[in-house]
Amino acid sequence: MIRAQNLVKKFGEIEAVRDISFEVGEGEIFAFLGPNGAGKTTTIKMLTTLLRPTSGKVEIDGLDPVTHQNEVRQRFGIVFQDPSVDDELTAYENLDFHGVLYKVPRKARAERIQRLLDLFELWDRRNDLVKTFSGGMRRRLEIARGLLHTPKIMFLDEPTLGLDPQTRHQRWTHINKLNAEERVTVFLTTHYMEEAERVAHRIAIIDHGRIVAQGTPDALKQQTNSTTLEQAFLALTGSSIREESASGLDQMRGMARMWGRGRR
Amino acid sequence: MSAIYILWIRQLKRYVRSRARIVGSLGQPLLFLLGFGLGFGPVFQKAGHGSYMQFLAPGVIGMSILFTAIFSGIELIWDRQFGFLKEVLVAPVPRLTIMIGRTLGGATVAMMQGIIVLLICLLTGFRPASLAALPLALLYMALIAVMFTALGTAIASGLSDFQGFQLVMNFLVMPTFFLSGALFPLNGIPKALAVVAAVDPLSYGVDGMRGALLGGGYHFGAGTDLLVMSLVAAALLALGSYLFSRVQL
Repeated sequence: MIRAQNLVKKFGEIEAVRDISFEVGEGEIFAFLGPNGAGKTTTIKMLTTLLRPTSGKVEIDGLDPVTHQNEVRQRFGIVFQDPSVDDELTAYENLDFHGVLYKVPRKARAERIQRLLDLFELWDRRNDLVKTFSGGMRRRLEIARGLLHTPKIMFLDEPTLGLDPQTRHQRWTHINKLNAEERVTVFLTTHYMEEAERVAHRIAIIDHGRIVAQGTPDALKQQTNSTTLEQAFLALTGSSIREESASGLDQMRGMARMWGRGRR
Repeated sequence: MSAIYILWIRQLKRYVRSRARIVGSLGQPLLFLLGFGLGFGPVFQKAGHGSYMQFLAPGVIGMSILFTAIFSGIELIWDRQFGFLKEVLVAPVPRLTIMIGRTLGGATVAMMQGIIVLLICLLTGFRPASLAALPLALLYMALIAVMFTALGTAIASGLSDFQGFQLVMNFLVMPTFFLSGALFPLNGIPKALAVVAAVDPLSYGVDGMRGALLGGGYHFGAGTDLLVMSLVAAALLALGSYLFSRVQL
């Protein structure tokens, strides 16, 4: 369903992603793990048509995101790390907006909105402005929205960041349920190792722009003689703390600003 | 088509729901109408130009459209900061469609604001020469709205945060308003000022509206006003679309 071959992304001098390859099969839950600044977000952006690879190839459901941008976009849903709903619209309007942009026919749109809002326990609040929602409700709404156009792949960038254990638990239950019911392939990043261990069928660990290991959670643990995935992760990526660097693009912008080449 | 519609209706909904913004943005036109209008009225009258209120009203309408339109365009920065832009940019919709929807939405909002101010002008004693002139005046208003929404989008495409906003207000929007002939007649002003006014696209909008509403007394001429504004609007739309197409997340 997703295939990356020798993917490279450079921002000027900085090589954010260095020659990575992996495959995600249909219906799989694939966790992409790595310390901050390892290249996770850059990779997701390349997979989701938001960045062009410097070299290498991506295939999403057999299509190249560079040449078939809109077809690829129709095939995936995405939940970004930061919120991306419109606060001044109601929950229903946010979903409706999405449905129109993704050309979901009117009738199917109404049915699907109801089903998803039901599933994520937001139906009762459908006509409330999103600005009255709690953080957890917003994230639920975002996941519902990402699924509205029945994508084949769902990208989840840190879907449980900053949520309490109850909500996180519920979130994974939802994700598992969707994966089972709708046969959605899930590509996710997270910092919570025990969660990745529990839900992911397969895991890839990226560090300094390179994939240092990939396989099932058990395989990774065996490979490193660890009892938990967290130990395996630390064994593979070391335990030094990474600077919380901005994304490669931001770094490039920063440099451009420093050298006075405008704001981009 | 439906994508343009949904983008357009979103802007409208946001506008109608932000009552504070609507009421707040009426303060300035009111201040100008009552403060300037009544304050300078006697001097203006003595100088032999007739009623200042009549002269000023189209300028104040132009001003409120200018401010609302630029602001609607610049709302793009909000969308970027609050993340909603990502949702739009990752959708299977061409950038140009998004730009058209946004611009139409912003321009419609600016038009609505302009019409509200026109009604306020009527309340404060402004009297158009004839009702027949209204469609032409509305056309000029629409052109002002499109022009400056596109300009706002163009500017916002190059800004990643609000820090540049004050700069834009002080060095672009305020001069555009003050030097456009919205507040004073362009006849007989110093040469340098006349040149600046002739470069200022709002001058043509205000001139057109004033001519239409007062039944004559154009400075540049109705045809010139229409032509210049259409060309500038087209150019700014092209510029805005180009810059918006280069926006990266």
